[in-house]
This record gives sequence, C-alpha cells and structure tokens, in this order.
Amino acid sequence: MAANKPTLKTVRLTTPVEPADLAQLEIGNVVYLDGTIFTGREGVFKRAVHEGHGLPAPPEVIGNVNFHCSPAAARRDDGSYDIGAVTATASFRFAAWLDQWFEMSKCKVIIGKGGMTPDVYKKSFVPNEAVYLTTVGYGTGALLGRGIKAVKDVYWMDELGIAQAMWLFEVENFGPFLVESDLAGNSLFERENAKVAAGLDKVYEGLKPAIMSRYGETDDRKEELI
Amino acid sequence: MIPITALETTANELMAKAAIEIPDDYLDGLRAAADVETGELSAFVLQAMLENYEAAKEDRRAMCADTGVPRWYVKIGNEARIEGGPVELEAALRRATAGATNSVPLRPNRVHPLWRTDHNNNCGINAPEIEYSFHPDADWVELTTVHKGGLFGSDYRMLFPGDGIDGIKKFFLDTLVAFGKRGLACQPAIVGIGIGGSKDTCMMLGKQAACLRTVGSHNPDPKIAALEDEFKELGNTIGMGAMGFMGSSMVVGCNIETGYCHTGGMPVSVHMFCLSSRRATARVLIDGRAEYRSDPQWFTDYMRRETVEWQPTSQPSRQSG
Repeated sequence: MAANKPTLKTVRLTTPVEPADLAQLEIGNVVYLDGTIFTGREGVFKRAVHEGHGLPAPPEVIGNVNFHCSPAAARRDDGSYDIGAVTATASFRFAAWLDQWFEMSKCKVIIGKGGMTPDVYKKSFVPNEAVYLTTVGYGTGALLGRGIKAVKDVYWMDELGIAQAMWLFEVENFGPFLVESDLAGNSLFERENAKVAAGLDKVYEGLKPAIMSRYGETDDRKEELI
Repeated sequence: MIPITALETTANELMAKAAIEIPDDYLDGLRAAADVETGELSAFVLQAMLENYEAAKEDRRAMCADTGVPRWYVKIGNEARIEGGPVELEAALRRATAGATNSVPLRPNRVHPLWRTDHNNNCGINAPEIEYSFHPDADWVELTTVHKGGLFGSDYRMLFPGDGIDGIKKFFLDTLVAFGKRGLACQPAIVGIGIGGSKDTCMMLGKQAACLRTVGSHNPDPKIAALEDEFKELGNTIGMGAMGFMGSSMVVGCNIETGYCHTGGMPVSVHMFCLSSRRATARVLIDGRAEYRSDPQWFTDYMRRETVEWQPTSQPSRQSG
C-alpha cells in the first residue's frame, strides 16, 4: 500500500490510566483504549468551570480520560442512544479552561484534535502529569464509533443538547490515537511543524510579493496598507 | 410532473449515502496519494482513513462524527415541473435534512450564531442552504447534497491583475500552510479555487469547485486545466502531509472555476474539501425514478456560457464532472 509501511509502536491502555501507563508513552506512539471515557467541549467547560456548576459526576465515576468530542448520535424512542460516528473537535479553543478543568476532573489523558501549544503543555499538562492524545485523520469517525460499546450516562442533555452534552462511554479497542504530548511536554506537532517550516522558503522562492499588503500582516494597526 | 414524494425519498437516501460512502473518485485519489507517501506518520494516517471508509460502509455508520453542515444543490431542467412547486421542494429538502439527522444519525451541528440554539435537526434560519442552477432541454431535477465541515481551510483575498498567477500561487500556499498545520484542514483535500466574480460569487465558485467537481476532472479551458495540475503539484511539494506531518499528501485534486470580475481586480478564494469529502447526487425523472451517482456534474457548458445568448443549436449542453 503505502511506499513506506508504517511501523509505529502501538500501546493498549485500560482506563483509569495509571502513572506507569503514561510514563512509557513517547510522542508518535499509537494508542488504543479500553474502559470508561467522558466527553467535554465548550458547552461542558463553560458550564462546569465558567458558570461554576462543577462536574455532574465525581472522578471515581467518570474516570480520568477526557475526550474533546461530541458524537453523531440520536435518542431512540426507548430513551437509549444510537451512536454513529465519533470524532474529536479542535482542542486549542479550550486552553483557557484547562487549569481549573484539571483540578476539578483529575483527568490524566486528554484526547482531541490538533493538540495545544507547547506553552500549554508546559504550563498545564506537565504539572498535572497529563498527556495529550490526538485523533487520527482527522475523521476516523466510523472506527472510533465501533469502539464505543455502551453509553453509560449522558449529563446535561437538557441544558446543552446532543452536540454539547457530556457523554460517558464504555469503550473497547478504542482508537487509533497518536501521542501528541508526553509527560515531559514534548509535542509531535511542534516537531513536525519545525521540519515542514525548514523547507517553506524554498516553496515560496521566486514568487513576487503581493501588490497590496493586508491588514493583519503587521501588528502595527496605524500603518497604511499599500 | 415530478412527484414530491419521490424527491423527498431520494433526498433522504442521498443524505445517508453522502454521510456514509466516500465517493470513488476521492477514494482512488487518496489511494494514489498513499502509494507515493514516504512520510511514516502521514502514511499511517492515510492507512487509518482507508480503513475508516471500509468501517463506515460495513457498519452503515457516518464516516466522520463532524458530519458537517448539510446543504443542497438543485439543478432543474427547463422543462421540469415539480408537484407543489419550489416551495414544496424546499420543504421536502428540509424534512429530509431533519429526518436523516435522526436516522443516520448525523450530528446536529447547526446552531444559531449568537444564541447557540440547536433544534437537533440541522435546520434553522438559512439552513440548510439550497442553491439552484438550470439546464436546457431537460425535464428532470437533480439533487446533490454536500456535507462539508465548516471551520478551517477556506479563505478569500482580493488580488489585483498585476499579482498575476504568482499572486494566486502565493495565496494558495498561504492558505494550505496556515490551515494544513496540525492538519486542521483535514487534508489531503480536494482544493477548489474560485477566481473572479464578485466577492460572494468568488467564494461560491471556489466552494462549488471543491465540492461539486470530481478528483481528476478538468476545467474545459486547457490553460486553466494546466493550472489545476500545476497547483496540485505545488501543494504536494510543500512538504506537508496528513495532519501536518512531514509528507507529500496535501492535495488530492485541484479544481478551478472562474467568473468575470471587476476590471481593476482579481478576487480569489481557496476552499478545502476534507478527508471526508461527502457528496451524493441523484437525477429524479418525471416518473419519480431516481438515478444515483457520485459525480454531481454541476458545472455545464450552459453554466459556463460566455455569450449574451445561449446557442442551443450549436451544441447540446455537456455535463462535465
């Protein structure tokens, strides 16, 4: 298939994860999960942290793996749920809530899309002994959907709706994910960004500058754009 | 008269097909990209996506949980008559959108922009969008649904004639690099470029080029067709692959559409239709039968006409992918 057949190290973890589980992870490892995970995105963070409602259930119930996600799901007539595809949403938007979120939830793994900045890993993840896993693709929604064996609970459905509610899933062989940030705060995306950036000048080489500059190309808002 | 029930049933089926079945042209394009991808991480991602499409089809499950913002493109034959008229057609498309959101299921992504009200059915003010085009000498109606993700990968810039092709290349690279980092654009993508038109038309043309033309298709203007190939190659030499990892898998296909613009300007838009390039089309015939396909055949000689009058005698309007 691919010219360079991937041979990435693969790790399978059971939740709640233990410190030793996380210590073995290196950026670029492939991870699959078994056990309980809980979702959260802007609606949950706003309600739990910003509005001060706290978590709807204690860490012993929800576990320590938090997924920045909401599923494509529908409520059946009997009150149960039909879970279709599952994928993550972009995580960088949630950085502002992170410190209080770690303190409140005690979570040790955050799964999302696109990672956070290196500053956030150093400032928030490392002191809380947490790692970041990124979904793959993005959009392995069907594979991840297969990994969800049951909906254990849904919190704040009435307040937040299907797309923002906090879901508690029982998962099996749930993945694949890639380790984006390890316990030391190293970042896979940063490493790859740097490699790509090294070649960018050559890509743009020879292209003449634009006729008109654009607002935003400079931080000086008083500068005239010509 | 085309029965309205046939249109609604077809629309329902299209919603599921788009969400679940990756179009063959995109799948072939992605396999070709995977065959030459040498970046280990990027290759791993492509392999996972290829497995994901299989899982979606086997389970009849949406391929991605961000099921995008469903929208409709309707092409109406000049001789077509719809039972109940255009108002009934729009009602049927809204019902199909809401119904499929529950039955597939899709994620109810559509919310009020300020109050974040979610009706849990992907319908609301100006949602789903319904765009129209027309076709001479035809009595059918064609429905296409597109489920495009909505946050990252599109941009617009007013360039000037003096910027030339270099200016378009620079803007194209800026957009791909900016949104390609960390894979926010969910590349490899079908990149659509709109050149010309008014600002809104420029955006519309680029989006339609990305979403309504197949991988491997070409603009009928040979010079623009050559540019499409050149831009695809350019995007794949950035050094960035899937998820922004080192690699070559950035652009699966590049489609360019043009419109006449103001003499002083050259507006350009760039759009990226992602790893879940979801679209499905059907032609509904006068007796209510539906013919399904994955090529929307949206752009036609008639739509791209340049003269004041359409000359139906010179050539029948060709539907090209």
